[in-house]
Amino acid sequence: MAINQARKLGLLGQNILGLKFSFDIELRYGAGAFVCGEETALIHSMEGLRGEPSFKPPFPSVSGYRGKPTNVNNVETFANIPVIINQGAEWFASIGTEKSKGTKVFALAGKINNVGLIEVPMGITLREIIYEIGGGIKDGKKFKAVQTGGPSGGCLTEKHLDTRIDYDNLVEVGSMMGSGGMIVLDEDDCMVSVAKFYLDFIVEESCGKCTPCRIGNKRLYEILEKITQGNGTMEDLERLKNLSAVIKDTSLCGLGQTSPNPVLSTLTNFWDEYLEHVTLKKCRAGQCKALLHYDIDPDICVGCTACKRCCPVNAITGDKKQAHIINQDICIKCGACEEKCAFDAISVKLEKRIHTEHGND
Amino acid sequence: MEMIKLTIDNKIVEVEKGTTILKAARKIGIDIPTLCYFELCDMKIENKPGGCRICVVEINGRKNLAPSCITEATEGMVVNTHNIRVLNARRTVVKLMISDHPFDCLVCAKSGNCELQTIATKFGIRDIPYKGEKSTYRKDTSPSIIRDIDKCIMCRRCEMMCNEVQTVGALSAVNRGFKSVVAPAFEMDLEKSPCTYCGQCVSVCPTGALTEVDHSNDVLRALSDSKKTVIVQTAPAVRAALGEEFGLEPGTSVTGKMVAALRRLGFKYVFDTNFAADLTIMEEGTELLGRLNRHLSGDSSVKLPMLTSCCPGWVNFFEHNFSDLLDIPSTAKSPQQMFGAIAKSYFADKIGVKRNDMVVVSIMPCLAKKYECQREEFKVDGNPDVDFSLSTRELAQFIKQANIDFLDLPDEDFDNPLGESSGAGVIFGNTGGVIEAACRTAYELHTGKTLEKVDFEALRGMDGIRSATIDFDGLPLNIGIAHGLANARILLNEVRAGKSNYHAIEIMACPGGCIGGGGQPFHHGNSELLKKRASVLYQEDTNKTLRKSHQNPHIIKLYEDFLGEPCGHKSHKLLHTKYFDKSDEVSIHE
Ligand code: SF4
Ligand code: SF4
Ligand code: SF4
Ligand code: SF4
Ligand code: FES
Repeated sequence: MAINQARKLGLLGQNILGLKFSFDIELRYGAGAFVCGEETALIHSMEGLRGEPSFKPPFPSVSGYRGKPTNVNNVETFANIPVIINQGAEWFASIGTEKSKGTKVFALAGKINNVGLIEVPMGITLREIIYEIGGGIKDGKKFKAVQTGGPSGGCLTEKHLDTRIDYDNLVEVGSMMGSGGMIVLDEDDCMVSVAKFYLDFIVEESCGKCTPCRIGNKRLYEILEKITQGNGTMEDLERLKNLSAVIKDTSLCGLGQTSPNPVLSTLTNFWDEYLEHVTLKKCRAGQCKALLHYDIDPDICVGCTACKRCCPVNAITGDKKQAHIINQDICIKCGACEEKCAFDAISVKLEKRIHTEHGND
Repeated sequence: MEMIKLTIDNKIVEVEKGTTILKAARKIGIDIPTLCYFELCDMKIENKPGGCRICVVEINGRKNLAPSCITEATEGMVVNTHNIRVLNARRTVVKLMISDHPFDCLVCAKSGNCELQTIATKFGIRDIPYKGEKSTYRKDTSPSIIRDIDKCIMCRRCEMMCNEVQTVGALSAVNRGFKSVVAPAFEMDLEKSPCTYCGQCVSVCPTGALTEVDHSNDVLRALSDSKKTVIVQTAPAVRAALGEEFGLEPGTSVTGKMVAALRRLGFKYVFDTNFAADLTIMEEGTELLGRLNRHLSGDSSVKLPMLTSCCPGWVNFFEHNFSDLLDIPSTAKSPQQMFGAIAKSYFADKIGVKRNDMVVVSIMPCLAKKYECQREEFKVDGNPDVDFSLSTRELAQFIKQANIDFLDLPDEDFDNPLGESSGAGVIFGNTGGVIEAACRTAYELHTGKTLEKVDFEALRGMDGIRSATIDFDGLPLNIGIAHGLANARILLNEVRAGKSNYHAIEIMACPGGCIGGGGQPFHHGNSELLKKRASVLYQEDTNKTLRKSHQNPHIIKLYEDFLGEPCGHKSHKLLHTKYFDKSDEVSIHE
């Protein structure tokens, strides 16, 4: 609509504003591939080719769309231009930090009271964003981390809350500005699962052109999956580190070069959690279902049979007025029994259950 | 020419500006492994998607490792090709590749010739710590080519060959991420794609993902059947390359040893496709002169240029893409099929063997010939004129299996009558060879004069498209030559647009002609090797006393005893064919 209006006003089209200069805008819809955010991939997809990046140089500014010099920018960048023209470059440069001028739009989401798009000056701290603009963590829970930069960004913690946000600082602490995504995580989030979640996305969205990204990310995902299933080993943690480093070091485009960031930043900032998953088979956030189990305290259980009747897979046995027992091999960890029990006899235990002769802890 | 200096592994090297790090390193003997990178420099064929990442090196001052195959060297650059960081990255990348690869080496057609296997061996890979899901796809078997895409490493060489060199567009990358793979559109079978079976994808595939359909077991079975008379024909290009499989210098002709080996394998008669090539010239040359004369006398129904038709890959291509021009190719069958037709009629009668008891095997540099001999129109009551077509590679394998000491074999001669050929038949295997052979005969038939200088140098060479005007005693004949289907497409588009002033055009699907066919020993990107093969055929031609097809005494006798005259009634029945409109089988590719 805006384009049509601009055309009517003579701002777009042949000989705009009656000048010899012609300028027009055409919108193109992509097929929705994440990798087409990479400029060469974007251009290839516009040319009707497979949306995959190619080696630079040549850079698009030298040879881009159909071999012509091409200027690739985000909508956000273009949106800044009228303001800069109207208010002057100096005014724009007065906002922000030494190296990152102006403002930045973030998509604030996650376990935070106020979610939505925010435009903030560069150089603002995470603390200001989360606690002032975002209104703090939901339900008064404890802040755990903030994931910035979209799927291939990194997770920052408590200690980064006072970092001034700009392009360089974010990279320095192991994340990036990326798409401007900002997802706040609280104590209920498992960092291994968070890393896995992002890798899952990357595995789907890699274009498949280069080996480290195509296969490497898949293997990273599989190792994370193994850890969340309680089958991880210390070697797996080493593998994660080496693989992440090699994928970053050898991938063809920005997607692969940043895709291990969620793994690397969580490995660095939440090493303890990885260790717990691998050695204690414990997920402190209770997110990794395979690692927790439900347990009936025989001293509290009155044998009302409520849990037995509600269990969808008949995992609970026990006679009336006798303490009931959950068969861990059948239990699917749906939590229905815990909710049902009026006596709070059923609780969730975070460690993976160690089998003993009697089938109990 | 601007030169620059850089340091690679502490050695200073000076190279032309624009040289890649890989080439600069090779110049000073530093071997950087590669997989997706591929080059046939004389043909200007290059594949460098920068995708496999095996060739990465460390460049001082750069954050990430760089792929040496596409990164240009710059003045003062300091490069490390084999330090720990690089080695670890390379090994990890190879391990990742193998982690998504079947462990099939024991039963893989490519084993021993596989570039992935070579790299794994070289890196000393002993374990694959990255275990996980492997991609699996259904195996796709077409008449000529098997796609076992589980073994694909996404080097995209085939895609480059099929799209850029051949402009066929049968193969391209589909899907994304871990699921991405090179396949025909919508992951259809190759048989339902516009594939021409030229086999160029097979000849560059570094792994066993693309291989030919192996018919040697069928041949073995026929040979062991005492009721069958099994005869064999060998195409010209085979003798120019077979020796490479036995460690001989490229460019060594092994005609005599090849004949000896085939006899030891048990073939009753060992014949030469070159004989049929001479026959092709008789038919095609006569057809050309006929069309030319009618054209000169003002008959506007005659279409020129005439296109050669001896390359089945090319025939498939124009049936798919130029079905509006089906009346311009020569109707002459390919030498393989002419041979089969004569063998199962004239020769079978001569030795008193029933058609159904005769098995004709052909040894070809070509994978399209496998498809060609299965075409319905080349069968009589369901019995094919040529039963099985083996590639040069399959023959080499067969000889090795039979424990024949190839290098120690004496030189033996072909059997007669279908074993004698002129030099003109020999050069069929080179680009430009068919048309040169045709010119020798057509010239003499047209002018009635003796051609003194039989070598038409103007028709030789490796440029993708060549043209020359040959003086037919006052009549200037414009000849066009194209090899590689992209080049063919260019000439054909000119014809379609009415802008072509050629009288005759020779087209071969494979770069270099049949010497570079899809069934030849793997050249691994060495274009010198192709040139050496070409020189074998020209040398063999020069060594012959008979240089012109129409002088071949057995050809003369064949016409006297059996066929009558070239392009006569019997010839038409046995030696000519028709073409089909297969445009609906392909999506338009322009
Ligand atoms: S393609 Fe190569 S590595 Fe793979 S199974 Fe065949 S020989 Fe082995
Ligand atoms: S055989 Fe030739 S046409 Fe067919 S897929 Fe391979 S390169 Fe393409
Ligand atoms: S099929 Fe062979 S040539 Fe084609 S991309 Fe796969 S490995 Fe490479
Ligand atoms: S050029 Fe020769 S080898 Fe290649 S497809 Fe044609 S006939 Fe076969
Ligand atoms: S050989 Fe250089 S990236 Fe494959």
